[in-house]
Amino acid sequence: MSDQVNLTVDGVSVSVAPGTTILQACEEAGAEIPRFCYHERLSVAGNCRMCLVEVEKALKPVASCAMPVAPDMVVSTKSESVKAAREGVMEFLLINHPLDCPICDQGGECDLQDQALGFGGDASRFADNKRAVENKHMGPLVSTIMTRCIHCTRCVRFAQEVAGVPEIGAIGRGEDMEITTYLEASLDSEMSGNVIDLCPVGALTSRPYAFTARPWELKKTETIDVMDAVGSNIRVDMRGREAMRVMPRNHDDVNEEWLSDKSRFIWDGLNTQRLDRPYVRARKNLAPASWDNAFALIAKKLKGKGAKTAAIAGDLVCGEGQFALKALMDKLQSPHVDCRQDGAKLSGPRGNYIFNTSIAGIEDADALLLIGTNPRLEAPVLNARIRKRYLMGNFPIATIGAPVDLTYEAENIGAGADTLADLLAGKHGFSETLAKAERPMIIVGQGALTRADGDAVLAAAIELAEKSAAISATWNGFNVLHTAAARVAGLDLGLLPGEGGLDVAGIQEAAQSGGVETVILYGADEIEGASLGDAFVIYIGSHGDRGAHRADVILPAAAYTEKQAIYVNTEGRPQMTEQAATPPGEAREDWKIFRALSEVLGLTLPFDNLAELRRAMFEVAPHFAQIDGLSESAAPKAPTAKKMSKAAFAYSVTDFYFTNPIARASATMADCAKAKQQRDGETEGTGTHG
Amino acid sequence: MSVRRLHAEQPDSFAFTDENVSWAEGQIAKFPQGRQASAIIPLLWQAQKQAGWLPEPAIRYVADMLDMPHIRAMEVATFYTMFNLSPVGEHFVQLCGTTPCWLRGADDLKSVCRKVIGEQGDITEDGKLSWLEVECLGACVNAPMVQINDDFYEDLTAENFEQLLDDLRNGKPVATGPQNSRHGSEPEGGLTVLKGDK
Repeated sequence: MSDQVNLTVDGVSVSVAPGTTILQACEEAGAEIPRFCYHERLSVAGNCRMCLVEVEKALKPVASCAMPVAPDMVVSTKSESVKAAREGVMEFLLINHPLDCPICDQGGECDLQDQALGFGGDASRFADNKRAVENKHMGPLVSTIMTRCIHCTRCVRFAQEVAGVPEIGAIGRGEDMEITTYLEASLDSEMSGNVIDLCPVGALTSRPYAFTARPWELKKTETIDVMDAVGSNIRVDMRGREAMRVMPRNHDDVNEEWLSDKSRFIWDGLNTQRLDRPYVRARKNLAPASWDNAFALIAKKLKGKGAKTAAIAGDLVCGEGQFALKALMDKLQSPHVDCRQDGAKLSGPRGNYIFNTSIAGIEDADALLLIGTNPRLEAPVLNARIRKRYLMGNFPIATIGAPVDLTYEAENIGAGADTLADLLAGKHGFSETLAKAERPMIIVGQGALTRADGDAVLAAAIELAEKSAAISATWNGFNVLHTAAARVAGLDLGLLPGEGGLDVAGIQEAAQSGGVETVILYGADEIEGASLGDAFVIYIGSHGDRGAHRADVILPAAAYTEKQAIYVNTEGRPQMTEQAATPPGEAREDWKIFRALSEVLGLTLPFDNLAELRRAMFEVAPHFAQIDGLSESAAPKAPTAKKMSKAAFAYSVTDFYFTNPIARASATMADCAKAKQQRDGETEGTGTHG
Repeated sequence: MSVRRLHAEQPDSFAFTDENVSWAEGQIAKFPQGRQASAIIPLLWQAQKQAGWLPEPAIRYVADMLDMPHIRAMEVATFYTMFNLSPVGEHFVQLCGTTPCWLRGADDLKSVCRKVIGEQGDITEDGKLSWLEVECLGACVNAPMVQINDDFYEDLTAENFEQLLDDLRNGKPVATGPQNSRHGSEPEGGLTVLKGDK
């Protein structure tokens, strides 16, 4: 304890590490300090002055967020002078802040409102005109009412530090200071929505949510996001049956408190294009049907042909549903099951297909190699973590694939598998960096694994990891970055071709040749409809997208906000979603559909409720029971594979805003894609950037 | 001071002359590696000298030259009022209106500006003159005064100021500094103290 600093806050003595700020020490001591500009995850600005405290022997009140503690400091946060200082600061802040709370979207969850009530005076002495500021355009997601801005610069610091797109700034000075982007361009970030949360007032608010609801009328459900495989912790706010918005929740090991734009602004997709009743194809057209009719038709088709049935699980489906599907396929005695609709060459041992280092573990790494992955689009929040590590310094990063802007410096060392082979042979400059690093990380993207030679790439990457210090007794630096929230659970539960079973490509071939007569698409929307030939297609899912268009029978299921279900993120961390709403219309939770169907087929599955299903599921995958826990996984083991082709790696996500059926149903995502297109077009047109 | 905005009409592009490029490189070299952004003010200043004012492409050009985000250069350009974000006349009059000059008749000089040039920010049709009221330029002993381009013109009256503007416009030679009998800040009409041994 000798290197700790002791000080007294309001008569309470605390002991903190040197370098801690007074504000943090005060929090340690249980004293509440109001603040606007200070934020735990951003650099210290010290410009709002709301956190003033009194320090004995200091001549003036001290901005506690910017002042480090000193031994034997005596801090007071409740004295008369502190109260007067806070009231003074608040009065200044409110001089130019409009009193438009009744028409402000931040009302009810506004820091300024709350702190004015808690720490402000009762009246203003300012009798002159308030200033007015023109609103700034910041793209389709962020709505600005800049007159309300108090210049805390949180958004500026977020864009610069976390998002890595230094595009927001404060122009002018003094009373005329204004927050804007350069020439009011929309923010070129996949994480721009976070500035809405950061803004302590109503200057930056959510454009899609504008004027739709007040925070106190919303029912808040804490759940898990499935737009990417990060498993960001979110809160879904509902009014009645309708999702009104999605907000991030803090989880230090996963998303910290950030959220990607796709995860945040997807909610309108949850309310549109929904499948709310079963459909059956009759005379070329899909017609509404009852569950009984739909099941009867399936029973007729499947009778005696169980082995000629194949199933493909999609990107957004839950663990329970996949487990039930697998159980049903086992009953049908069909080995043709695959959860890898993108054709990724991934299978056990578990260390081969998860993000072994863990997301928080990125901060401990000391070198990084990205193979065929663009984490900025595939997992924006994880990319922010890499950037965080990059900003700490001494973190050489190399990428193999087409050069892209990752928001941090990375050396592009090649486009395809031959560079990987060079690295393995020690023929490349970066192999030395990898060899020298004590805790190197290798991240393999789906773009490198969905190729025909994906297993060879995987093998090479694992070999490279074994050759460097990436896999040791204390460190596992081999990582697969998934893009589908469903995938790790699917692989864990063994939704892979059984003995003599066909994989996704095989199923499509067999469907065309007649080897497979029925295909069950469980939320699988990335399969070309035509590739399934004349097969009888059963689509089970939540949205009317590609899969449903091809289907002969549609069974409506629940979206991720409408069921309590387990998803396993790319790290292998099982997390449980909570039910924010019931599925629309006649739609049912996924596992119930499989259970009901099995009964009609005379192959009743051995579980009657969710608890029984989970018990059976935990037997197959015991780690699913440790919600939010990371369990030990088998070390990666290079599969035997043929040679790699020389082709360049393609990235799996290029259209960030349209990667799944919910995103494709969202008008907001379409707006974002349009803005992005416009922006990119302008860039090309004038050549003003990069 | 009021809100400063970029001018509505901007040129398509901006580039330093070869001479200025090598000058800029000299400025940048003054700062350690990784701190090139420190050269932002001299470079913006030089850009303004070259273009007469600071157009948006120049801000972007300088930012690119220093490898810094455009918005950061914009912040600097909008912070300092010495950067003219709109075109100015060939002779750009910065008129001090702060208390000492005001007490000594700056308002009269403003009237002259309004009469000869027009409102603040306006450029005369021939492109020769424009004016702007600024804060103290530090020549209070010779109040009232104006700065025209790089030179101070002091001890002005409505009459000699109007004459001065007229001469500048017509390209006649003008004297810088005090416009009355003074050479510097000595008392007008000769010394009042230290006249000799007494």
